Amino acid sequence: MSLLEIRDLHAGYGQMMILKGVNLTLEEGEIGVIVGPNGAGKSTTLKAIFGMLNITAGSIHFDGRDITGMSPEKLAAHRIAMVPQEDNVFPTLTVHENLEMGAYTRRDDFSHVLDEIYALFPPLKDKRRQPAGELSGGQRQMVAFGRALMIEPKMILLDEPTAGLSPMYMSEIFDRVIAINKTGVTVAMVEQNAKQALAIAHKGFVLANGHNSYTDTGRALLDNPEVAKSFLGG
Amino acid sequence: MNELVFFINKGIFAGAIIGSIYALGAIGVTLIFGILRFAHFAHGDMMTLGAFVAYAMAAALAAAGVTAPLPLAMMMLPVVMLVTAGMAIGIDRAFYRPLRNAGARGIVLVMASIGVTLMLQGVIRLFAGPSSREMYFNERKDIFRIEVPGANQMITLTEPQIALFIVTAIAVVALHYFLSRSRLGKAMRAVSDNPSLAQVTGISIETVVRTTWIIGGGLAALAGTMLALDVSLKPDLSFNILLPIFAATIVGGIGQPYGAIAGGFVVGYAETLAVFNWSVLLRPIARMTDGAFEVPPSLAFVPTEYKLMVPFVLLIIILIYRPTGIFKGRVL
Amino acid sequence: MASFTAGDNRRDLLLFAALGVLLLAVFMSQGTAYALRVTVEALCYALIAFGLSLQWGTAGLFNVGIMGFIAAGAFASMFISYPVNGAFWASDGPSLIGDIAVKIVIGAGLVFAVSRSGKLGLPKGLVTFLTLVTLAIAYLVVSQSLDPAARYIESEAGFVGGLGLPVYIGWGFAGVVAGAIAWVVGKICLGLRSDYLAIATLGIAQIIKTFLKNADWLTRGTQTVSPLPWPLPTASEIGFTAARSGYLVMTAVMLVIVYLLLQRAYGAPWGRMMRAIRDNEDAAAAMGKDVNRRRLQIFVFGCVLMGIGGAALIHFNTIFDPNGFLDLNHTFLIWVMVILGGPGNNRGAIFGALLVYIIWTMSEPVTLYIFDHIRTIGQSFGWQPPADLDSRALSMRVFVIGLTITLVLRFAPKGLMPERLSRKG
Repeated sequence: MSLLEIRDLHAGYGQMMILKGVNLTLEEGEIGVIVGPNGAGKSTTLKAIFGMLNITAGSIHFDGRDITGMSPEKLAAHRIAMVPQEDNVFPTLTVHENLEMGAYTRRDDFSHVLDEIYALFPPLKDKRRQPAGELSGGQRQMVAFGRALMIEPKMILLDEPTAGLSPMYMSEIFDRVIAINKTGVTVAMVEQNAKQALAIAHKGFVLANGHNSYTDTGRALLDNPEVAKSFLGG
Repeated sequence: MNELVFFINKGIFAGAIIGSIYALGAIGVTLIFGILRFAHFAHGDMMTLGAFVAYAMAAALAAAGVTAPLPLAMMMLPVVMLVTAGMAIGIDRAFYRPLRNAGARGIVLVMASIGVTLMLQGVIRLFAGPSSREMYFNERKDIFRIEVPGANQMITLTEPQIALFIVTAIAVVALHYFLSRSRLGKAMRAVSDNPSLAQVTGISIETVVRTTWIIGGGLAALAGTMLALDVSLKPDLSFNILLPIFAATIVGGIGQPYGAIAGGFVVGYAETLAVFNWSVLLRPIARMTDGAFEVPPSLAFVPTEYKLMVPFVLLIIILIYRPTGIFKGRVL
Repeated sequence: MASFTAGDNRRDLLLFAALGVLLLAVFMSQGTAYALRVTVEALCYALIAFGLSLQWGTAGLFNVGIMGFIAAGAFASMFISYPVNGAFWASDGPSLIGDIAVKIVIGAGLVFAVSRSGKLGLPKGLVTFLTLVTLAIAYLVVSQSLDPAARYIESEAGFVGGLGLPVYIGWGFAGVVAGAIAWVVGKICLGLRSDYLAIATLGIAQIIKTFLKNADWLTRGTQTVSPLPWPLPTASEIGFTAARSGYLVMTAVMLVIVYLLLQRAYGAPWGRMMRAIRDNEDAAAAMGKDVNRRRLQIFVFGCVLMGIGGAALIHFNTIFDPNGFLDLNHTFLIWVMVILGGPGNNRGAIFGALLVYIIWTMSEPVTLYIFDHIRTIGQSFGWQPPADLDSRALSMRVFVIGLTITLVLRFAPKGLMPERLSRKG
């Protein structure tokens, strides 16, 4: 049984349907990357998994359980976390409080997780008392990752984690994603920088017009001349 | 010296008293603004509602022959706050939540809150009539006087005024610890910062909303009761107190509880000092300088009837020059 | 052009027919004189409701200070059309006022000059400080001379009086004054979210009322000004019913003219643009529409209608009474009319105004009747009703207004006659 299994998902905002038959499976410990042109429904797929829009048909199973349309609060209990693309920190809360909020649904002692996250993102430790809104873009992204990791997720959803960051930070972010994945966390990621992202992906999904155009391993998609021509810019 | 005592009584203390009331009201308004994202026009009547709950309880206890070292209405404050908080949650469930769930715009909720304010006015007047009432039953209002050397007037404070300072201080400190230390308090700030991220993080928005109403309703009851104890219980507080409270909220910065406290005192003092008769302080100076200048019999910046101008002008100035308020709140 | 389908028209026709029956019942049961009064007042309210429907329905602007604009318009019209007060003009009053006006001009000039003194090389902080000090001094000087002048006028002449000009000039001026106040308020608040406009209009309404109530030298304050001139042949000339009917015709004609103008504007590109701004501000702004300027236009024009409506109301009752302007009657009742009728739909505004006003006036005797029975029944069970039961009973009407607002928002957010838009546009 796969960890995440999306079958023929149809979803949208109100009357407007954006997803028209998305299929996506991820095994435990994999990195899955969703790429495709603007408006193909990449981010929408993540939001649909996270119960943030209307699902009209299809199903989402996680770890053998049906989580179709489940609210974000309950998903946290199933240990799924998400890092949205923009506005992904609480700006007036300190770095430390941001991380604490990540563990909002936990009732147990999570101090060891805090230590792990400070070890993973050393710059955050120095700035723990500073409001997150005052940090640089890259550091804010670290806070966002850290916040999501506080529930020790089985799977983490990343919505364009490199958007708006300088190229220097970009490879750093991909390194972090690999590091997080190495600890056993399954990653589902939407990316604009398709080439770099597919290079670290176990699986790749090319979406167009709200459904899968190509589904293969990351390597195979990079090597596929048609994918390269239509979606990776030659 | 007499003039100075007069200034302490009518300027410094009076400003602190009304400032505390505004601050307690503005904390609620600013939290509701920050978390539910609408200007709660029913807050003034919620204060009146709280005061009437206190009145009813005190009247019932007095009729039962209960006596206490403090005024009954003051003794019952914790219960009154809880009851009013419960009513606030009930109002939210009945009138605001359905609109929120239907995805109504913020301004529709403002309208609904005006509907609620009219309903509260109607109900309060139906049960209590339009006249004002005394909150004291078998007790009397204790007055404390401090003699000042060289003055035949005394610094005067009444029991409810002292109690008001104490409960305001307690409320502010408690709120500070709640917001900065407790899990729920931090979650409230998180929702105020970024509601969609808070949802993604798994924070229950409904729990936060309920907490907001408990704090807002409780503090409104506190402010309403203390004001009624200090002056008298009037059913038509509503719009006259609403404007200064909104002004305090915006001056302090929307969504900023500490700003609301500061804003409350700024508005309270601005109002008090604007209607204060400054001739009182100028007269001794004129005497000392052998009448070098003539002091008009009354020299106030604003006649008392136009007191409402003060919060309004403050509001306008802040909207023009610094819409985020002193504490850099949100601009909606 | 906003298109009405046959089905919509049938429904409107039915609703208006029902309203006609209700109106007829009022005429039959309450007598012509009373029913005429209710109808004329309802039509004045309909004019005001047009203003709100324009602001709220078309542009999404939230005005909680309608009462203030009505009062301002009413005062303006009273001032223009009330007979000249000879005692005032013969006294030193005019020269005192002229004196104050000169002081204001000099003060404003000084403040302006000081605020520009940065050009002389003074540091910015000092300039701000000096400007504030000059402003405070100028303000104190003016307000100090205002007080004795006001007292002098009150004791010598009662009040300033009017200008004795024809009533229709007064009504025009009513629109101008209300619009001017709206321009200032709108200029400050329209760039911000509508909550701020709500708070500011609430404030300005209370302040206008406070001013009219306390400026006895200008408005006679609580002593009220009456009788105001009647714009048509008066009751003593042509009889009571004829005079009131004349007024009814005049307000009806005014209403129809405004209705036709508004309908044209709604269908024109201007109306489409306004709806676009209301429904999606960002998109409209991106298309290069100057959103705030358009909103300011609407806000001002809506308030002009409110001012004229207010003037029409007080001239019908021939009395200017600052205490007669109430938030409940002159702001929230109008809100109920508009949201119940259907915001953004002028037929709805007329329908809502007539329906709500009839129910409102009828509710007073009905409430008292019901509570009379409650009293009788209660007393038979040994209940001692409070002496002020009647005034308490009437507060139930406030409750009902509030309840109506919340219920309509929840269950019929588009009102009884929803706004209709052509899909083609």
